[in-house]
Amino acid sequence: MTFISYLINGISLGSVYAIIALGYTMVYGIAKMLNFAHGDIIMVGGFAVFLSVNSLGLPPLVGVLIAVIVCTALGVTIERVAYRSLRGASPLAVLITAIGVSYLLQNLALLLFGANTKSFSSVVTVPAIKLAEGQLTISGETIVTILSCVVIMIGLTTFIRKTKAGQAMLAVSEDRGAATLMGINVNGTIALTFAIGSALAAVAGVLLCSAYPSLTPYTGAMPGIKAFVAAVFGGIGSIPGAMIGGILLGIIENLSKAYISSQMADAIVFGVLIIVLLVRPTGILGKKIHEKV
Amino acid sequence: MKKFLSLAMAAMMAVSMTACGSSSAPKDASSDAADKTSTEASSDATFKIGGIGPITGGAAVYGLGVMNGAQLAVDEINAAGGINGYQVEFNFQDDEHDAEKSVNAYNALKDWGMQALMGTVTSTPCIAVADKTAADNMFQITPSGSAVPCIANDNAFRVCFSDPDQGAASAKYIGENKLATKVAVIYDSSDVYSSGIYEKFASEAANQGIEIVAAEAFTADSKTDFSVQLQKAKSAGAEMVFLPIYYTEASLILAQAATLDFAPTFFGCDGLDGILNVEKFDTSLAEGVMLLTPFAADSQDELTQKFVSAYKTAYNETPNQFAADAYDAIYAIKAAMEDGAVTPDMSVSDICDAMKASMVKISVDGLTGLGMTWNESGEPSKQPKAVKIVNGAYTAM
Amino acid sequence: MDNKKMKKTTKSSIITYAMVIAVYIIVEIMLKTGSMSSLMQGLLVPICVYIILAVSLNLTVGILGELSLGHAGFMCVGAFSGAFFTKVMAEIIPNVGVRLFFAILVGAAVAGLFGIIIGIPVLRLKGDYLAIVTLAFGEIIKNIVNVLYVGKDSVGLHLSTKDAVALKLAEGGEVIINGAQGITGTPHASTFTLGIILILVTLFIIMNLVNSRTGRAIMAIRDNLIAAESVGINITQYKLLAFAISAALAGVAGVLYAHNLSTLTALPKNFGYNMSIMILVFVVLGGIGNIKGSIISAVILTLLPELLRGLNNYRMLIYAIVLIAMMIFNSSPKAIELRMRLVEKFCIRKKKGAA
Repeated sequence: MTFISYLINGISLGSVYAIIALGYTMVYGIAKMLNFAHGDIIMVGGFAVFLSVNSLGLPPLVGVLIAVIVCTALGVTIERVAYRSLRGASPLAVLITAIGVSYLLQNLALLLFGANTKSFSSVVTVPAIKLAEGQLTISGETIVTILSCVVIMIGLTTFIRKTKAGQAMLAVSEDRGAATLMGINVNGTIALTFAIGSALAAVAGVLLCSAYPSLTPYTGAMPGIKAFVAAVFGGIGSIPGAMIGGILLGIIENLSKAYISSQMADAIVFGVLIIVLLVRPTGILGKKIHEKV
Repeated sequence: MKKFLSLAMAAMMAVSMTACGSSSAPKDASSDAADKTSTEASSDATFKIGGIGPITGGAAVYGLGVMNGAQLAVDEINAAGGINGYQVEFNFQDDEHDAEKSVNAYNALKDWGMQALMGTVTSTPCIAVADKTAADNMFQITPSGSAVPCIANDNAFRVCFSDPDQGAASAKYIGENKLATKVAVIYDSSDVYSSGIYEKFASEAANQGIEIVAAEAFTADSKTDFSVQLQKAKSAGAEMVFLPIYYTEASLILAQAATLDFAPTFFGCDGLDGILNVEKFDTSLAEGVMLLTPFAADSQDELTQKFVSAYKTAYNETPNQFAADAYDAIYAIKAAMEDGAVTPDMSVSDICDAMKASMVKISVDGLTGLGMTWNESGEPSKQPKAVKIVNGAYTAM
Repeated sequence: MDNKKMKKTTKSSIITYAMVIAVYIIVEIMLKTGSMSSLMQGLLVPICVYIILAVSLNLTVGILGELSLGHAGFMCVGAFSGAFFTKVMAEIIPNVGVRLFFAILVGAAVAGLFGIIIGIPVLRLKGDYLAIVTLAFGEIIKNIVNVLYVGKDSVGLHLSTKDAVALKLAEGGEVIINGAQGITGTPHASTFTLGIILILVTLFIIMNLVNSRTGRAIMAIRDNLIAAESVGINITQYKLLAFAISAALAGVAGVLYAHNLSTLTALPKNFGYNMSIMILVFVVLGGIGNIKGSIISAVILTLLPELLRGLNNYRMLIYAIVLIAMMIFNSSPKAIELRMRLVEKFCIRKKKGAA
């Protein structure tokens, strides 16, 4: 019974990683850049909801909407100001700029909101499910997060397969030069990718803070890195891979804490990642999926 | 060559930005103090007290508390006529909770002309800086550097309790008051403070008839999900969970324990203080939590109330234990300076020698303890207060 | 043709050495005349550490062409093994200088060994996957160091991963590595002169490697793996060689770092991925594969946050903005074009003025 309960906790943690990883993998797949600032956009989303719901007293759904708008605008602005001028430069230059943006967002948030921890009251109203006479609890946040993951995963896959904009994204990710020759607006497509990625970050931020209700300017950094690991785990660029990678990562993290050593959990998680990559050098779903986004 | 040129240009840009920035920057403590000096004191000489701590990065919350608390004390002292008739200038430098940056901050303060150091806030940087202050014979008092080697030298003192003291005091308190016999510990194995307390607690627990049924760690890299640690404590039948950690993580632990239907007594140290002031925190989760802390922001004594209201007016936040420690540290510096009759024209080393001799003689009525005294080793002597959270407020036990 | 090229590289190497030595002389004169602030004096050794790190990472990133995000991990290994050696050997080798010399060798050897152990699996991967695996190794190293307890007593060394009590030290025993509390009380032995010597050694090793047959083989692998393989270059061996040398030099930097501060802990700030990324920033800003550039950017970016101290709370914000601006200025195709035009204009005007 305790094993199942560890497993459920692992899935809850993993679902949060998964939803962050979805945004990561989306931006990576199309723009071919590791957006290290993704975790910090999540933090901004968290603060947007915190301010609108807890301070202004708006209803939670409006708060989420505001967060999505704020993050989308932020993502597009960052892309326009920082990343677009580096198009054609070495990928490493873009990576470093993304790190600069990450520092910028963290320090801006520190100045605007202060360093004190804010306790985030959950926007999820779904009740928890209790199983086996209350010994097992699946929290409402977990249910909502997993459902959102699935919805987003299906939505994104459909969007990319069925719509013109999605096809354009696919084309840009395959070959940017050829896409330009085919009359695809590459800049517009990448901006759209950032818009969607950042909107996903906002949703992830809300769910992260609902599940783990503490908010500081550095809230996004570590989950961002973990989600990046999850995205690589599942095969970076693959949307279902990100979800699987995230959930597996959560489960591995919690089970190693439970059965091996709580001090060494990080080392074990990263160790498993290394082994997986050595066996399957492009992640779990990296090669099988051809429609890389 | 092109690269070289571009780098040179980048460097110039950086330097010119620095130049623009620094001309407008020191508008805080120094200029305020300078204004007052010209009107109030006849002499231009001032005491220069430096402070070091993290005001950016993940530990910023502690450094900012110290910076604000100390600034408040300095402003009060200046308004009341300064120390020995001289105004005080206070300059606080960021160390990002990194030993190397902390030494840089110390050197920057030395260039500024610092005469006594109030810092550093966190333990690891403090040990590195203590080494430098000893070499320069600079007086140092740390508000919150709780690791043992922070004050290994005779020029260094501290306001907070040391980690082993807190661990031992917690175990004794639990044992003597028979609060629990089966205790689980959740601690941060990557943190000096937390692992320091845990270690001593574990060795003292054996003497107190306390059985540690689960000792679960987390690290700075995975401090969001505590369900496994809590589940293990629950399965091990712990009656009490000892949390020698800071309140940010503790607030998450309490929330997650509630969803697990796990309701042991939670017992913490001074790091837990501040949990009630986490913005929008559901204080009912902290109901029944016990902690040993020298400071409580809603304590009813006049000094604390005055401090808390002044702090809230100035910074729009409730002060935490770090702010209180810093406030006391500044007053300890004042007391030692007055007792030693130091003047700003003395050399740093002479000031330090005078203050060192005075520190063991003075007694300070501070926020974190009445009649605080110090011994030769630099440890403070004061009573930890055990408090319990009842109806969302601290109640003495 | 070949002869000319050789001369060019030799000249470039000499310029680099001369640059370092010239800076050393200037700094020494400033130190002697007392015209250097304490802040700058304190920064001298850290700058040497970062230069060695940047130059050694440039070997992996620039010459070998593989993105490594775990460089701080090797630095951590070097720092802890070096500091451990100094502490353990305190009685056997009483002279601090001699101990530090051996500590540097130990640090380099252990870090190099880790480079080989980690390099064997890692170098099979490519691109971003390689980057993430090096990041993972860096984090693993940091995590393990944080739970490592090593003590010494009359019997010998004791090791535990639980806590200091579990070491079961005999009377008079000393805990050397105390888990998260790390190693305290390492002697202050790093000096600027030593730092400069180590920089020169690093430069010597790397520039000779680059200009040797081995170096050309490594660069051939970077430029075209298949072509390199087809002419009979042993890919794995050369990759591993470059990676291990890079790791060993990072270990040297770590030893220097450890002996500059009296406390050594593996925090995310100093040995986590953040540090690895910071070193990478030095390399990228200085120009990938450009050794001189690495040195200059390591100096500038280490000084920058310190020079911004006057800004207090806004310090790191400005740093971030400057970093982004520098990257765009340095790497953006449009900015490069603009810069070229400006340089052209400037040069033409100068010529006209001369005429």
